[in-house]
Amino acid sequence: MKKFVMGEYDVIVVGAGHAGCEAALASARMGKKTLILSINLEAVAMMACNPSIGGTGKGHLVREIDALGGEMGINIDKTFIQSKMLNTAKGPAVHSLRAQADKNRYHEEMKKTLELQENLDLKQGEVIDLILEDQKACGVIMRTGSVYRGKTVILATGTFLKGKIFIGESAFDSGPNGLAPSLELGENLRKYGLPMRRFKTGTPARALGKSLDYSKMTRQPGDETIVPFSFLNDSLEQDQISCWLTYTNEETHQVIRDNFHRSALFGGQIEGVGPRYCPSIEDKVNRFADKKRHQLFIEPEGLTTDEMYIQGMSSSLPEDVQEAFYKTIPGLENLEIVRPAYAIEYDCIDPLDLKLNLENRQIENLFCAGQFNGSSGYEEAAAQGLMAGINAVLKIEKKDPFILDRSEAYIGVLIDDLVTKGTNEPYRIMTSRAEYRLVLRQDNADLRLTEKSYALGLADQERFDLFMGKKEIVEKEKKRLEKAMIAPEDINPYLEEKGSSPIQTKISILELLKRPQVSYDDLSAVDPERPQLPAHAKAQLEVQIKYEGYITKQEQQIKRFKKLEDKKLESSFNYDEVDGLRIEARQKLNQFKPVSLGQASRISGVSPADINVLLIHLEKLRRKRG
Amino acid sequence: MEDTIAAIATAYGEGGIGIIRVSGPDTLSVLNKIFVSRSKKIVNRRMTYGHIVDPDTNRKIDEVLCVYMKQPHTYTKEDVAEINCHGSMVSLRKTLELALKNGARLAEPGEFTKRAFLNGRLDLSQAEAVIDLIKAKTDKSFDVAMDQLSGGISAEITSIRADIMDLLVNLTVNIDYPDEDIEELTYTQMEENLLQIGDMIDKLAATADSGKIIKEGLRVSIIGKPNVGKSSLMNRLLRETRAIVTEIPGTTRDTIEELVSIGNIPLHLTDTAGIRQTENKIEQIGIEKSKQSFNDADLILFVVDSSRELSAEDWEIMDYIGSRKTIVLINKIDLAGVWTEETKALIKEKLPAAEILETSMTERTGIHQLEEAIQDMVYSGSVKQNDSLLVTNVRHKDLLDQASGFIKDALAMTRMREAMDFIEVDVKSAYEALGEIIGETVSDDIINEVFSRFCLGK
Repeated sequence: MKKFVMGEYDVIVVGAGHAGCEAALASARMGKKTLILSINLEAVAMMACNPSIGGTGKGHLVREIDALGGEMGINIDKTFIQSKMLNTAKGPAVHSLRAQADKNRYHEEMKKTLELQENLDLKQGEVIDLILEDQKACGVIMRTGSVYRGKTVILATGTFLKGKIFIGESAFDSGPNGLAPSLELGENLRKYGLPMRRFKTGTPARALGKSLDYSKMTRQPGDETIVPFSFLNDSLEQDQISCWLTYTNEETHQVIRDNFHRSALFGGQIEGVGPRYCPSIEDKVNRFADKKRHQLFIEPEGLTTDEMYIQGMSSSLPEDVQEAFYKTIPGLENLEIVRPAYAIEYDCIDPLDLKLNLENRQIENLFCAGQFNGSSGYEEAAAQGLMAGINAVLKIEKKDPFILDRSEAYIGVLIDDLVTKGTNEPYRIMTSRAEYRLVLRQDNADLRLTEKSYALGLADQERFDLFMGKKEIVEKEKKRLEKAMIAPEDINPYLEEKGSSPIQTKISILELLKRPQVSYDDLSAVDPERPQLPAHAKAQLEVQIKYEGYITKQEQQIKRFKKLEDKKLESSFNYDEVDGLRIEARQKLNQFKPVSLGQASRISGVSPADINVLLIHLEKLRRKRG
Repeated sequence: MEDTIAAIATAYGEGGIGIIRVSGPDTLSVLNKIFVSRSKKIVNRRMTYGHIVDPDTNRKIDEVLCVYMKQPHTYTKEDVAEINCHGSMVSLRKTLELALKNGARLAEPGEFTKRAFLNGRLDLSQAEAVIDLIKAKTDKSFDVAMDQLSGGISAEITSIRADIMDLLVNLTVNIDYPDEDIEELTYTQMEENLLQIGDMIDKLAATADSGKIIKEGLRVSIIGKPNVGKSSLMNRLLRETRAIVTEIPGTTRDTIEELVSIGNIPLHLTDTAGIRQTENKIEQIGIEKSKQSFNDADLILFVVDSSRELSAEDWEIMDYIGSRKTIVLINKIDLAGVWTEETKALIKEKLPAAEILETSMTERTGIHQLEEAIQDMVYSGSVKQNDSLLVTNVRHKDLLDQASGFIKDALAMTRMREAMDFIEVDVKSAYEALGEIIGETVSDDIINEVFSRFCLGK
């Protein structure tokens, strides 16, 4: 077939899911001529699985994406139908925001944002091959023969790449949600020698709300006070829709057990590795046989549809079995399934083949993001998309890559885990994966990241000014509270009531706020000079003061961590020339080309002694040069 | 800013003193906490007489000479202190432990030299030597750490870690899966668990004081064919009957290990089951262990029976000994001997470097000479104990203390009803500190446990 060039771009993004959208917007906003391609424009920012954004760890990622000038936080703030702050009984570091989304609106709003974005073209079409010259990516070839040339290409193919759906005994090539799969591109990437693998994920059935009996379920309402995801929004008003909680029972489990043999999962048809944290219901029943019941949430998919998502019940059993076991559940006796549950297997790359800037090690100018890199989840995908977009731009501008380390952001933890440690299952972020959790809070994501993004030219002036304003307010108020003294007679009755020990002499309000029982708002009566503060500033202030001790302790740990992180290693470094390294370490270091001694120390097969040898060697080089 | 490190700078057993070296910005503050002298103030570059005193108990640990040297004109170009202790293992270890408790951390193998190089004290031509040193020391201490950890201790640590893991998994699930249908972890429960864990760690740390964690001391292996009096020798040195002594060859089926002190020198004695070939499965295991202990030994006591002719087995053993540091004990000289001077000459020829003594275990002759010979060998430096042993012991004690500290902090926070995610940080640190003792640090296993024990997810 004759091929013809249809356009030339700086950055071409393959796939318009959550990773692709962030990648394309970041690149266009940084002034680069950008093309984003989707096999079907209905798939733009499609929420193919659960209708929610955020949760533990994931909520942190969204706040960081927003602080960096990404779109996910803004888009969910526009389209949410319920909002909840999880873990409020625990410390501020693990407070996690989660919102139920109106799926259609989420897709529509994001699509419109892409359409209106300056420097950005959105087109429907299937990429079947890359154009490579001298092992460098420089464009894509479409099914129709069109060719787009680009200085960089970002792959964000999600579950479309050689996607295969399993429902019971049936298996067929398909992308998510019945959309067409991308079959040829996967083959071609294998041909280029990229280390591809098969991962698996799944989604539960969707049922019509009118067929459900909510009187047998427990209502799960949203929070009264809504905390926005985006730092651009100070507060949001929204009528909220409830979710519903119900449970499986022995009967459900029996139906499932009786039909194990008909599941694609146990039949051996699925070769892909699925995530342990997102098991199908047959997996749950099989592995946790003594568990009497499993909970499930009924979650609305949006305001303009009656479809309900059955959270907790993904499955690859045949449709007749699905219907049978769903109907054993209280409230679901008469359910009408409109989309069956399915398992989907897809091609992804071994992320060890990527550098920290998400560029492929073998093919220059080829960046990768999202499920293609072996992660799972909208938020994980979006975070990588944003970073891939930024780094593609920096590559074109011949600037240093933008890398966040493990002490700066969950995004840093996520990417470092993927490309340095690798993963054997679809990777999900968890707060316990972060070493410096007390510092990586969702409330301070802007303090950690917005200045960096502004310096890159991504976060815009409005965001930066807002951020600086908030920072100043908090600093100023902290200084004032340090000086504002309070007398025992004014405060002791309150302290007594709160069960906190009385004070003997005058102390500052700041000192008083360090006590766990004392809140900033409570002190307004004895603090007449207090200025009016926005909610987020108050929250920030309180966290900074109350947890100062813990935060300082962790900051000291970070200082130690940074010592190795700040020792940079050049990619041209030949480790065969370093005497004293063990052979295994030498091979691994040559393969990985770590950017710092810190990253080197996290590569499996590199020992502390090897790191010391490198340290001496670096000093040797420094002295020889200087 | 670098932290402050401390280590024993001299090899044990050479001469009567041992030196603890401290380097880093907090050197002076460490000294001020643990060193007490009449002159009160520590003067730069002046050797000062005084005592090492535990600031918590006010107990005197050792009488020392101490010198403090201000940077930059020191070996590492940092503030450095050298504490000259009496060479006894106990006082060196205690002094080092105190330094660690009071602001220093244990130096990595070769770290002083590494710092000297990185701070520009050593020139470029010495870089390779520094690398070699770090590597050699790391390999050695790693080997020692691994094979000196006795099975019992490692099992105990593994079991404590399993308990901590239970708690960590519960904490992690509670923190990362607030929506799941799982039992909520209560503060009362946590308090109970933490108390138990802290208790177990403290008990283990207490045994570390008596040097039981690492088989500390000069490693001495007793070897000889069956029924020549090896167990009797062991008993004589222990001054009590411990090993089973009978006339039946092969009675000592397993290796028997004992700690004994001769002069001021701690010996770690191993009575071997012999290295004779056998079909018996159980005995074979004993023989493997014997060979292991023989290979690890700093000194070998080879026992021969002068009432019997030298046998093929004796020659086999002498072949096995080769050029190792050895004392030959010609035993049972009370019995009517069949040996001539030529027999002794044969041994001398075969093991020219070995010292030869004549003994009788039943009549207790030659025991005193043996003890003196061992002391002479140690003090002359001709026999050296692997000094990384002692360091390993201190390191383990330090890690146990750290773990104990983390658990205490966690407990205090639990009692104050602080948020679980704060408590989790300390519990995890304790888990990691204990892991370092047995060479396991990676914490991915928490996440693995979470998913294997709990049914989670959408």
